[in-house]
Amino acid sequence: MQLEARNISFRYGNGPYLFRGVNVTVEQGEIVGLTAPSGRGKTTLCRILAGFEKPLEGSVTIDGIPVSSKGFHPVQLVLQHPEKAVNPRWKMEKVLSEGGKPDSELLSLLGIEKEWLTRWPNELSGGELQRFCVVRALNTNTRFLIADEMTTMLDAITQAQIWHAVLEVAKARGMGIIIVSHEEMLIQRLCDRVIELK
Amino acid sequence: MIPNLKTDQKLKRFYMNRRQKTLLTIVVAAIILLCVVVGGALLDQDQIATNLTERNLAPSLQHLFGTDWLGRDMFNRTIMGLSLSMGVGLIGAIGSTSIALILGMAAATMGKMADRLISWLIDLFLSVPHLVTLILIAFTLGGGFKGIVIGLAVTHWPSLARVIRAEVMQIRSAEYVQISRQMGKSRWWIATHHIFPHLIPQLLIGFMLMFPHVILHEAAVTFLGLGLSPHEPAIGIILSESMKYLSSGMWWLAFFPGLCLLMIVRMFETVGGNLRLLIDPVRANEK
Repeated sequence: MQLEARNISFRYGNGPYLFRGVNVTVEQGEIVGLTAPSGRGKTTLCRILAGFEKPLEGSVTIDGIPVSSKGFHPVQLVLQHPEKAVNPRWKMEKVLSEGGKPDSELLSLLGIEKEWLTRWPNELSGGELQRFCVVRALNTNTRFLIADEMTTMLDAITQAQIWHAVLEVAKARGMGIIIVSHEEMLIQRLCDRVIELK
Repeated sequence: MIPNLKTDQKLKRFYMNRRQKTLLTIVVAAIILLCVVVGGALLDQDQIATNLTERNLAPSLQHLFGTDWLGRDMFNRTIMGLSLSMGVGLIGAIGSTSIALILGMAAATMGKMADRLISWLIDLFLSVPHLVTLILIAFTLGGGFKGIVIGLAVTHWPSLARVIRAEVMQIRSAEYVQISRQMGKSRWWIATHHIFPHLIPQLLIGFMLMFPHVILHEAAVTFLGLGLSPHEPAIGIILSESMKYLSSGMWWLAFFPGLCLLMIVRMFETVGGNLRLLIDPVRANEK
């Protein structure tokens, strides 16, 4: 299985082009880093790959087939701000099971405690919330995971714990991962290969 | 001690913050509401039968609000009129809130054309005073209970619809809704599970603020003779009938029913307005 973005261009409204003719390929089980200075469209590229936005030119395909906009999207995105990514009026249990019930093994792997499930999102810290977002994105139907600054706001220990869990799951399922980060050490440590957005 | 602080402390005995004031108003409003509803249910036409031996009596202990030119007890008439007015107001406000919800949601979720059309409709209705459209619609439908209720329901929704449209647009672009979409949830599922729960406070408060408006407009149109039919004891009818007798010094005919109407309207407006401030996270801590 291969996620391929070919010749992608994008701009907001009538503004200048954020990027033109970008090509990204991620193989099954591959871990790819994506780096660029701020404001070069890393997040926008991630959003296009995950189907949040449509590219102006070019196409995003999986095994050569365009991704259907209906049903569960095989490319899932974990965003930088977990507080924005969960509905503040839903208890965590409902947030988790939005894409289907996760198994308890995954929960314990990410260090999610049982009692957190009955809490509201504002009763959890950012790091705790981000674990929930990761579990939600690690659905059994997910083929590729895009981590857009997923652990930037977390302390080193929590970062390590989350990444260990994600890598373990990715290895077991043969899932491809794209990591966006400003932290070179993290990218060097985790990624098989690095794409630089120019 | 700073002089200002001193005066503050003196005032403290009678000072209540907004929460306490709102709670007090809700309790008083509930009691009055209960009285009117129970009274309206218990009283029937016999209670306001004409009694020509007791005509034109000023307020006394026997007849709290006095009697009219046919010897009918004004207190009973007022209670019945209020319960009728509130019934009409309730149906009208519920209808209007539903229209606002449906159109607001549709404008924000059904694409550009629907949005443009509904926004145009909102502007159209807002550009003409409520009362004028209400009179036109009630008159076209032949007046009476049906005419006035439909008229009220289709004229009071625009401002609430605009609020709901803005709210839905904001929630729709939230990250958790976009993620939900990528999880393969349908539009309808997102609307009922993600968006609607966020609208409930807005709807409740919109309803609370709309209700007194609707009652006043019902009374106004009935007063002008275009609403409920004259044999029904509505507040508007009581007020318009009493006009003829005011000049002969029978002030109680208009004073008490008018005062009751004003009290109920003011109370709902206060509760609605205070609740709106209290659930607004930015302004909730204002005194």
